[in-house]
Amino acid sequence: MTEHRPVDDVRSEDRDEVALHGGTPGRPTVPLALSQEPEGPIGTPDLALAYESGVELKARSQWAYARMRFLRHRLAVVSLFVLILVGLVAIFAPQIAPYGYDEIPLGDINNPLALIESQNKGPTLNDWHLFGTDQLGRDYLSRVIYGVRTSLWVALFVAVLSTAVGALIGAVAGYFGGWVDNLLMRFTDLILTLPGLAVLLTASQFFGQGDPLKIGLILAFLFWTSIARIVRGLFLSLREKEFIEAAKASGATDSRIILRHMLPNAVGPIVVNATLVVAGAILVEAALSFLGFGIQPPDAALGKLISDGQSEGFRSWWLVTFPGLVIALIALAINFVGDGLRDALDPTQRRMRA
Amino acid sequence: MPDPILSVRDLKVDFRTEDGVVHAVAGVSYDLYPGEVLGIIGESGSGKSVSVMSVLGLIPNAIVSGQAVFKGRDLLAMSSNDLRKLRGGEAAMIFQDPMTSLNPVLKIGDQISEAVLTHNPDVSDDEARARTIALLELVGVPFAERRYDQYPHEFSGGMRQRAMIAMAIANSPSVLIADEPTTALDVTIQAQIVEVMKTAQRETHAATILITHDLGLIAELADRVVVMYAGSAVEVGDVYTIFDSPRHPYTVGLMNSLARLEGDQEWLQPIPGQPPSLINLPPGCPFHPRCTLSQGRARCRTEMPPLRQVGEGPPHLSACHFAEELAGETPYVNVGAPSSS
Repeated sequence: MTEHRPVDDVRSEDRDEVALHGGTPGRPTVPLALSQEPEGPIGTPDLALAYESGVELKARSQWAYARMRFLRHRLAVVSLFVLILVGLVAIFAPQIAPYGYDEIPLGDINNPLALIESQNKGPTLNDWHLFGTDQLGRDYLSRVIYGVRTSLWVALFVAVLSTAVGALIGAVAGYFGGWVDNLLMRFTDLILTLPGLAVLLTASQFFGQGDPLKIGLILAFLFWTSIARIVRGLFLSLREKEFIEAAKASGATDSRIILRHMLPNAVGPIVVNATLVVAGAILVEAALSFLGFGIQPPDAALGKLISDGQSEGFRSWWLVTFPGLVIALIALAINFVGDGLRDALDPTQRRMRA
Repeated sequence: MPDPILSVRDLKVDFRTEDGVVHAVAGVSYDLYPGEVLGIIGESGSGKSVSVMSVLGLIPNAIVSGQAVFKGRDLLAMSSNDLRKLRGGEAAMIFQDPMTSLNPVLKIGDQISEAVLTHNPDVSDDEARARTIALLELVGVPFAERRYDQYPHEFSGGMRQRAMIAMAIANSPSVLIADEPTTALDVTIQAQIVEVMKTAQRETHAATILITHDLGLIAELADRVVVMYAGSAVEVGDVYTIFDSPRHPYTVGLMNSLARLEGDQEWLQPIPGQPPSLINLPPGCPFHPRCTLSQGRARCRTEMPPLRQVGEGPPHLSACHFAEELAGETPYVNVGAPSSS
């Protein structure tokens, strides 16, 4: 027991000078080489100094950073403008289009020649037929404008619906895992293995053609799978994150964790994928209409316009070219915006684009 | 002594892996009394976190058996929904790494008021905000009003841990579990967080379980200590007893392996060997292959020592056959040679 003494002495000295964490009198202390006295009083704020010294610490939210990154992406910004323009045109089609989409210029009934002359005219400034006229003499610019309106409406509907359904299914599968995951993902695989076009044609035959709403539903049925897979993958990794464990430890319910804690963390990829769905849906809807299973005349949809126009061959080149160009333009712009969003919403990329 | 608020009996936690069943916790019992700080100490993989978190149902895919009676109810027999309501309310947690334990896309303040709202549905949003700001001030976050609307990435590590503590005490829990609350912080911040923990404990009077491998933190905060090794409790006692007269060779080894400021100490004294595989525990005492006290005695290799009272003083349990041989040996003596004789 004599060995005790020197040690105890050292320790009692330590108590005041090197004692750990400021030491509480009477507590056993362990001398730790690594520990130091706290600097300054407790509660000395790390950042308060910066505030007090007048340094402007501008609080930037995730969204502010995302916006900044997006704005550096020039092509995406231009594309966004194009899209906004196209969207406005679609919304205000009745005000913008110089003619009605099914307006046939009957003209002088005693002069059938004039009627024939008004048909299949190339682009001209006469009567503002900028895109020419079609086989029935209808103003093609007006038809394209209304076509954009229909196609865009269907595409947005598909994007919203399929994203909502896909995100929900993917989130539930990824969060719960196990047999829930297995069941939902095998169902997703099943949908993925369906030959898309064949299903589309059969379904549109079955449910009736021509109604944009029904076409949107059918397309959404095929488009939700990609989002479901993406969201599931994200959720599988998100649920292992410590802040999810912390949320669980604070008593949050499963639905609250999914909706409030996990979905906002997955919003980047979801939004990006939704934009790609818009582009994809426009193309598939065009293909469907082209094959005659989509929008029915006299309604105009971009794909339908192309299919009607291609029977005229090269003689009336404008009938195929203009709606085709518009489809390409929209699809391209959406893809660029999606690109920009992906870069902007990637939280790991704090660095700015040069 | 009052009745324990949490009483864990013969807790076993297993994990199925491809290599076999991992016995992460092999029959641990401990009591937590109202208002006290119970330190659980052990090296990585000793089962100290699992033995606490599994009780709250926070370990996925764990096979848990035993009993954990909290205020008269067995947590391990409770429905998952009842357990959820308990979490964050009566039993709250402080996590190790504040950098990853806060949701990066939600405002700090909203995350804390969410904890309030989850357990008090009739509190209005404004009331929750006011409470959150008061909590943030309590844990020493300056400009709480303004910082409420900031995101985690605008907080430093220390500030985030303060926010985590605020979140944990939001509903005045009666049990507070702190899982290595200072490990991820640098040392100057650690000291501040210790003070915040003390404040939090003073305010809530919560019985606290402090899981750590930092002996210093235990010395500073704990009232009683459970030392864990390879999934079992090897020594239990109040903090003075454990530090002044450890009666398990593993505890002695832990203390000896510390770097210390006094004396000429050229080398740290590590515990030899590696912790055993939790799939295949060695027969007998799990610590015997590394034990300097055992010296190859057969009993250590064949017979698992039970946790038993040593000496006649205050409650002091040790799971060593030869605990009494450690009497008189203090952990600080056999390192180097502190100056005078």
